[in-house]
Amino acid sequence: MSGIPHDHYEPKTGIEKWIDSRLPIVGLLYDTLMIPTPKNLNWMWIWGIVLTFCLAMQIVTGIVLVMHYTPHVDLAFASVEHIMRDVNGGHMIRYFHMNGASLFFVAVYAHIFRGLYYGSYKAPREITWIIGMLIYLMMMGTAFMGYVLPWGQMSFHGTAVITGLFGAIPGIGEALQAWLLGAGAVGQPALNRFFSLHYLLPFVIAGLVIVHIWAFHTTGNNNPTGVDPRKSSKAEAEKDTLPFWPYFVIKDLFALAVILTVFMAVVGFMPNYLGHPDNYIPANALVTPAHIVPEWYFLPFYAILRAFTADVWAVQLVSAITGGIVDAKFFGVLAMFGAIAVMALAPWLDTSSVRSGRYRPMFKWYFALLVIDFFVLMWVGARPAEFPYDWISLIASAYWFAYFLVILPLLGVIEKPDATPDTIEDDFNAHYGKSETSAE
Amino acid sequence: MTMIKKLTISAVAALGLMAGGAMAAGDSEQHIEDFDFSFEGPFGTFDQHQLQRGLQVYTEVCSSCHGLQYLYFRNLADEGGPDYTEEQARAYAEQFEVYDDAIDDFRPATPADNFPVNDGVGAPDLTLMAKARAGFHGPAGLGINQIVYGMGGPEYIASLLTGYTGETKTQAGTTLYENTAFPGGWISMAPPLFGDDIEYADGHSNSLHHEAEDVAAFLMWTAEPHMMARQSAGFLGVIFLSVLSVLLYLTNKSLWKPVKDRAKKAAEK
Repeated sequence: MSGIPHDHYEPKTGIEKWIDSRLPIVGLLYDTLMIPTPKNLNWMWIWGIVLTFCLAMQIVTGIVLVMHYTPHVDLAFASVEHIMRDVNGGHMIRYFHMNGASLFFVAVYAHIFRGLYYGSYKAPREITWIIGMLIYLMMMGTAFMGYVLPWGQMSFHGTAVITGLFGAIPGIGEALQAWLLGAGAVGQPALNRFFSLHYLLPFVIAGLVIVHIWAFHTTGNNNPTGVDPRKSSKAEAEKDTLPFWPYFVIKDLFALAVILTVFMAVVGFMPNYLGHPDNYIPANALVTPAHIVPEWYFLPFYAILRAFTADVWAVQLVSAITGGIVDAKFFGVLAMFGAIAVMALAPWLDTSSVRSGRYRPMFKWYFALLVIDFFVLMWVGARPAEFPYDWISLIASAYWFAYFLVILPLLGVIEKPDATPDTIEDDFNAHYGKSETSAE
Repeated sequence: MTMIKKLTISAVAALGLMAGGAMAAGDSEQHIEDFDFSFEGPFGTFDQHQLQRGLQVYTEVCSSCHGLQYLYFRNLADEGGPDYTEEQARAYAEQFEVYDDAIDDFRPATPADNFPVNDGVGAPDLTLMAKARAGFHGPAGLGINQIVYGMGGPEYIASLLTGYTGETKTQAGTTLYENTAFPGGWISMAPPLFGDDIEYADGHSNSLHHEAEDVAAFLMWTAEPHMMARQSAGFLGVIFLSVLSVLLYLTNKSLWKPVKDRAKKAAEK
């Protein structure tokens, strides 16, 4: 499958040959598991396995939860309490599922920022990147719809706010919002369809994950140097790579076990830490919570949504040019989706000839700032929309766009990159030659 | 193992930031006292006597206006709860009348019934109150206080019950009572507890502070009846996964050793 030369599965016994000539599934699994993998991968390359685990955990716990959950506005909240109180082990399964969403997003953000730093999005891995972005979008949709299901106060009013975003689209907005909700307001039709889609989308994600893996198994993994493994012969390739099994499977499982230890502590000792108390109050259309705050993983983009208010000159300018069609609310919606779109376009916005940020002296600083920017946006997204938070979110939002639209294209031209190692082997040997420390 | 240390530190820091998001800005005027509950921390457990006293406070005072609709009478005999026997739970249930569709009439409650819904005067249901309120926030939305002190739901309840100043005002025909724990400072619930108003069967102090603390602990149990089972499952899980991590670390180390040794040798050449 991969362009890197390696051993392929050879059916030996009669039964193996019989199966292989009819369905070469053993060969497919063998090639997938034995793919030559750059041996210098560091600990930021473990998030893929964490994400795969999260998807499996969410699907398994989710299927069990569905056996006891009732998607009805009068019964949903009580059915979740039934799970928490009366279903054997139900409280653990529900807390795994609830906090599993958080672990999923921790892992996906680490995975995305890994890709952004080491240039994993660059040629020839653009399709891997785009599919990854699609997975991320679907994850957000799935997580949002899942949060609606317990039908608490934050579920209900959060749904009203988020579907209201679509209502901000000029002309078709109101009709679109009604179409999404299945009614003029949040109610039974919305709960039913969100339940249906929350069950469906994880399987679509699973399909995309297979395509994601297929794509990077075709191009081969990126690695911290961004230098491609040598491919001229099997002997050369083996100097730069090791088979995925057992070297990276064991390494990834070790990392997964450490991460799950932390996860288990959160689930066991503080399962509601990342949730919002208001969601333990049954939904009530007549009482609006004092602060409607999305889950933490939406906050950076929620901050961008709120940052562009009517008094920002860019908003006024666009509003004037479009004759008022794009108002502040719609501008905010465009900015929020735009923030993800510019990230998806990174392969074409980054003009640098060097793949890995490790050899880009200026890029490093701008990237570090982007990571800080992300956390600042996350923080400010949950603060009240008032001074000084309005200014902080505006500046932080502006930097997010500037990074992708201005800094990435310009850096490729003005930056003088450091020398990259000739081969992965050189980098690996140099690393272990100079120190005794663990693989990093 | 510097990597693990780094990971742990960043995990804790990240958790703090994430929860900052989950918390809306707290009202700085609210005063929430940090009660020292027996169930706090990973090894905390409910104090059965305290839960029984809290149930008594609920029965004699709170239940006249509030309900506990998600709690069953049989739960009083569940493990990790007030530790009633099944007979005690049955006897307790019989004090309550519940409406039965099948006979189209009221009958004494059985252990299989829920505590009655009680929202006649607009009082909220109390089953989940200890999880539906957060006592601690911040600082600055960073979520650090919640790591240190917990979410503070029971602390909020106890602080509310002890937080009346005695001032009242009338607004749109309703009497409001000043309360230092309630957001906004004025609550429509009259002071329900005064101290010395409940005679505890176990002779425990019945000062206002203790009554409030007992009923708050009881409401934490009604909100999270499986808390002790969850914490011990969490503890077992952490132990198991830590051991697994160590084993996988050693496996990984020995698996990679020849590869790394070869690299070291190559670099020395």
